[in-house]
Amino acid sequence: MSTRHVVIVGSGPAGLTAALYAARANLQPLVIEGLEAGGQLMLTTMVENFPGYRDGVLGPDLMAEMRAQAGRFGAEIVQGNVTLVDTRVRPFVVRTSEAEYSARALIIATGASARMLGLPSERTLMGHGVSTCATCDGYFFRGQEIAVVGGGDSAMEEAIFLTKFASKVTVVHRRDALRASKIMQDKARANSNIAWLLDTEVEEIQDTGKGAVTAMVVRNSKTGARAVVPVSGVFVAIGHTPNTSLLKGQLEMDANGYIVTHDGVQTTVPGVFACGDVQDHVYRQAITAAGTGCMAALDAERYLET
Amino acid sequence: MAADNVQTLTDGNFDETVLKSGGPVLVDFWAEWCGPCKRLAPTIDALAGDYAGRVTIGKLNVDENPNTAFKFNVRGIPALLLFKGGQLVDQVVGLQPKENIKQVIDRHL
Repeated sequence: MSTRHVVIVGSGPAGLTAALYAARANLQPLVIEGLEAGGQLMLTTMVENFPGYRDGVLGPDLMAEMRAQAGRFGAEIVQGNVTLVDTRVRPFVVRTSEAEYSARALIIATGASARMLGLPSERTLMGHGVSTCATCDGYFFRGQEIAVVGGGDSAMEEAIFLTKFASKVTVVHRRDALRASKIMQDKARANSNIAWLLDTEVEEIQDTGKGAVTAMVVRNSKTGARAVVPVSGVFVAIGHTPNTSLLKGQLEMDANGYIVTHDGVQTTVPGVFACGDVQDHVYRQAITAAGTGCMAALDAERYLET
Repeated sequence: MAADNVQTLTDGNFDETVLKSGGPVLVDFWAEWCGPCKRLAPTIDALAGDYAGRVTIGKLNVDENPNTAFKFNVRGIPALLLFKGGQLVDQVVGLQPKENIKQVIDRHL
């Protein structure tokens, strides 16, 4: 097994931009796509804030373009889910269930995945009314009443999208103020098919016995009053957690598991760089992820020259 | 787009191909607008190769064939439903690594 110049773990905007720059720098990068290949944009519909697309671009189409562009300059992109990363040895080792790779520089672009409520019933009913992907599953709720849990931009976007199918979408948020940007809040507030349950937490999703969502039990966090709200679907959009479990104890992370970067996108291990949402819980945009992906490739190039 | 050994299933041929089949049949419920379904497609193709002659593997477009999806209460895709002897015996919902899907299939071989 020959040692690579650089292995990139992850294939969202950060990983593929890193691949594009590394390929153009003649570093023959290998990208390991990961299970959620293409990243979070694969779950979105129209992206209207990526510069250069004045009419918007579909998330999956944008990722196909980025992938093809990186490939055009010689990036090698392989399927596979990374099961082990060792940054304590040189060269670094990355293992998937099919193969093992070694690399002199490593770019971590594993992103973040949807967070769940943590209710046992949520797991049981996943795919039977509980979903984290409105664009995938909205179709199944035509003419029905459903709920979106969350108060951020993604929750607003999902709620608005779901009104195309559902007769009524109730947004459930545990605080009274939404986290979403003003433009997204205004869009959602203006939609007459969206109802609001604020200061409210979901305690349980029913009915695991039937194997289908029939209602949710909610509790008002100010008054403590409980209510049963009949819905046939619950879409969870309460944010993301970084995909860093394979790197625990190897790189410095913050309290929430995000990789800490310094001096550009260097991690606490020389030769290991991190880009995109795995190291950014503040901006979390496709364009910032792509920007840090570029930085990671340039930093890696400089590191390999020394 | 599906590989040669992946069957295209429809509301029309589902009974004949899946429910009346003696052997195990794995059905991938998918749609064009589902990003994770597209990510899963190469895995399904690979599984069709791995299990050729032992397990029938088919894809059902839920957009064009809503009745079958409704009948089996599929409300999230990608969803993989495993049938044996005309009965639904197991299912996996959401994007999964190939090993997880293999484990589910192997339980019923």
